[in-house]
Amino acid sequence: MIDLFSAIELARFQFAFTVSAHIIFPAFSIGLASYLAVLEALWLWKKDDAYFQVFEYWKTIFAIVFGMGVVSGIVMSYQFGTNWSVFSDKTGPILGPLMGYEVLSAFFLEAGFLGVMLFGLNRVGPRLHFFATLMVAAGTLMSAFWILSVNSWMHTPVGYGVNEAGQFVPRDWWAIIFNPSFPYRLVHMVLAAYLTTAFVVGGVGAWHLLRDTRDRGARIMFSMAMWMALLVAPLQIVAGDLHGLNTLEHQPAKVAAMEGHYETREGAPLYLFGLPDDEAEKTRYGVKIPKLGSMILTHEWDGKIKGLKAFPEDERPPSALIFWTFRIMVAIGLAMVALGLWSAWSRWRGRLYDSPWLLRAAALMTPSGFAAVLAGWITTEVGRQPWTVYGLLRTSESASPLDAPAVGISLLVFIGVYFLVFGSGTFYILRLMLKPPQAGRTEIGWPTRTAGITPGPAVGRRESEGDRHEH
Amino acid sequence: MSIDLPLIWAGLIAFAVLAYVVLDGFDLGIGILFPFLDSKADRDLAMNSVAPVWDGNETWLVLGGGGLMAVFPLAYATLLPALYAPIIAMLLGLIFRGVSFEFRGKTERGRWLWDVGFAGGSMVAALAQGITLGALVQGIEVDNRAYAGGWWDWLTPFTLLTGLSVLVGYALLGATWLFMKTENGLARQARAAAWLTGGALLVLMGAVTLSSAFLFPHYVERWFSWPALLFTLFMPVLLLACIAVFVRGLVRGHDSHPFLATIGLFVLGFLGIAISFYPWMVPPHVTIEQAAAPDSSLAFLLVGALILIPLILAYTGYAYWVFRGKVDPDEGYH
Repeated sequence: MIDLFSAIELARFQFAFTVSAHIIFPAFSIGLASYLAVLEALWLWKKDDAYFQVFEYWKTIFAIVFGMGVVSGIVMSYQFGTNWSVFSDKTGPILGPLMGYEVLSAFFLEAGFLGVMLFGLNRVGPRLHFFATLMVAAGTLMSAFWILSVNSWMHTPVGYGVNEAGQFVPRDWWAIIFNPSFPYRLVHMVLAAYLTTAFVVGGVGAWHLLRDTRDRGARIMFSMAMWMALLVAPLQIVAGDLHGLNTLEHQPAKVAAMEGHYETREGAPLYLFGLPDDEAEKTRYGVKIPKLGSMILTHEWDGKIKGLKAFPEDERPPSALIFWTFRIMVAIGLAMVALGLWSAWSRWRGRLYDSPWLLRAAALMTPSGFAAVLAGWITTEVGRQPWTVYGLLRTSESASPLDAPAVGISLLVFIGVYFLVFGSGTFYILRLMLKPPQAGRTEIGWPTRTAGITPGPAVGRRESEGDRHEH
Repeated sequence: MSIDLPLIWAGLIAFAVLAYVVLDGFDLGIGILFPFLDSKADRDLAMNSVAPVWDGNETWLVLGGGGLMAVFPLAYATLLPALYAPIIAMLLGLIFRGVSFEFRGKTERGRWLWDVGFAGGSMVAALAQGITLGALVQGIEVDNRAYAGGWWDWLTPFTLLTGLSVLVGYALLGATWLFMKTENGLARQARAAAWLTGGALLVLMGAVTLSSAFLFPHYVERWFSWPALLFTLFMPVLLLACIAVFVRGLVRGHDSHPFLATIGLFVLGFLGIAISFYPWMVPPHVTIEQAAAPDSSLAFLLVGALILIPLILAYTGYAYWVFRGKVDPDEGYH
């Protein structure tokens, strides 16, 4: 199989595979870290143990997700060098410091306080423990900030110069960090992470409510998640629309490919369905709504939309793939909005926890956020092709001087190891999710005596007596 | 500019690598010793002793890698392709090692798999890091800003020797860490392992020093030139001091002394390598100056590093302090 592909194709596939596997974990852990902080705050504030039990339930899962995110992330930080050394040399002076800030301000913060958050409650007491949880959540958000700045600069590079060695060098750091597509991408991705988590939490809650509608923990999960769906999913549609308009301004070829438009038109239609054919330069079997494409993209019925033919052939991204990934993402987003509205209606009627079809729909949508995140990332990253740094550095000129067999073998090993390791991790997570939230302690939990939890004084006193062994 | 930013950054990167080697060294060492421990209870306890801190320890490796790309992009872009196979092996080893902390307690039937993953992953990572070090010492072919050597250049008897040395060195760090953090049976096993690996490490360090003196005479010149000579002269004294503290600590049962003495050994070895390399970043073709990113990149990240690294050290120290003292077998995580 290895001979069939060039080293560059294999390197691209390897990056796509490892980054896709990686993004799943942060997409979940960014949202989950914030959710844990909210749960712990509610527990401390309302002094209601039910919140602590939900906290413990998701903390166990967070530990696994976070661990998998860390190990798959380390691969990413070295893969720039192993497989994309020319890219690293040329963009290192700009992207390197941004990633350096990610490590210094985010990774250490998360990792440093993770141990206290997972194991330290009885040693530091609830207040400091809450602080640790907050630091972990802050770390995940800082990490998103920096890495999305890096990614956005690859899409909309500004604030740079080029030196005699051919490297991009910084001219204006403020412009580089807050490059034109960054604010949109950051908001869109953080909301996506929150929604992904909300639908996992809501789906798990719904699944347990279907079995026992009285389960207090499941009720807390489901109710909180459905508030998120109601409020954040519509917000995400707005953010996505703004991000799309920003893309139209800076990467019109990507938008043309997403929409399956080959001809430049005024009053362009919106394709609901179609098979874009890049060879023949037309979209076959199109099911379309006249003029809606222009309306969405330019907010005018007769707005002019550039088609792919307006761009040189070697500067077009492949439409056939991202036409569909884009539609999958949008469809899931709309389904999320619909579920949010449905839950609001049920809540208003006082039937939130015993509407079987709502609960079934929510359970079914448990993994929907992951699918949307992956589809969205494929859309934006494949849509960036054929460039690594948009308009400036071609993907074909970014790779390491590697032989195909070296990349091919490492690719096969990565695929094998990832399926084994992350497949096992997913299996363990699913098994934890199948346990009802109220059925006693989760297995990582503290023995019931301390978990009986009188926040503050009791735990604090134990620690001050220096009797660490009591629990 | 009068401040030598590349040199400051070379120092900071060296500090990050040393921090990584010492900190993740003892975590990986636990993994290396893992299969040789007597009982499952011992293995659980050994793993629990590093569970709260391993993640932060591994982050220094990300700083080493990410930092290298930021401030010495040319070194990053030539080293990693040159060391393709060992780097990938290290990453895969670290994957297995890292997830085993969580996975091992989640399954009865599959625990053996994560026992093997934890030990095997730690050993592979340690070996790969040692080989990487050896390959760097023996030199990397660079031409026109790209790696210009062959795919198996990293594999020589010398790199295998350095690989083995790092493996044994990490095992020693792990053994002395366990000696410090545990009691009774496990501490006794740790002491035995520390004697064994400590002796072996001294022999291996000697062998590495001698063979690099014969293989790469240019390093010897550096050792005996001023001001490196100062270090070369004091080295044996400092080395003997570390060994004395180590031996006394093990014999008399001073919990933390052998661990600290082992860290001392690592610092001495690391300084020796740093002195040999200077002014190269990637011997023998790329100097610190040549590999460095423009000053504007170095200065921008340096501001953050000077503020954030002390903070990191402070809260990392706090995390260690929270989990201070002997590990309690009853405070089980899994």
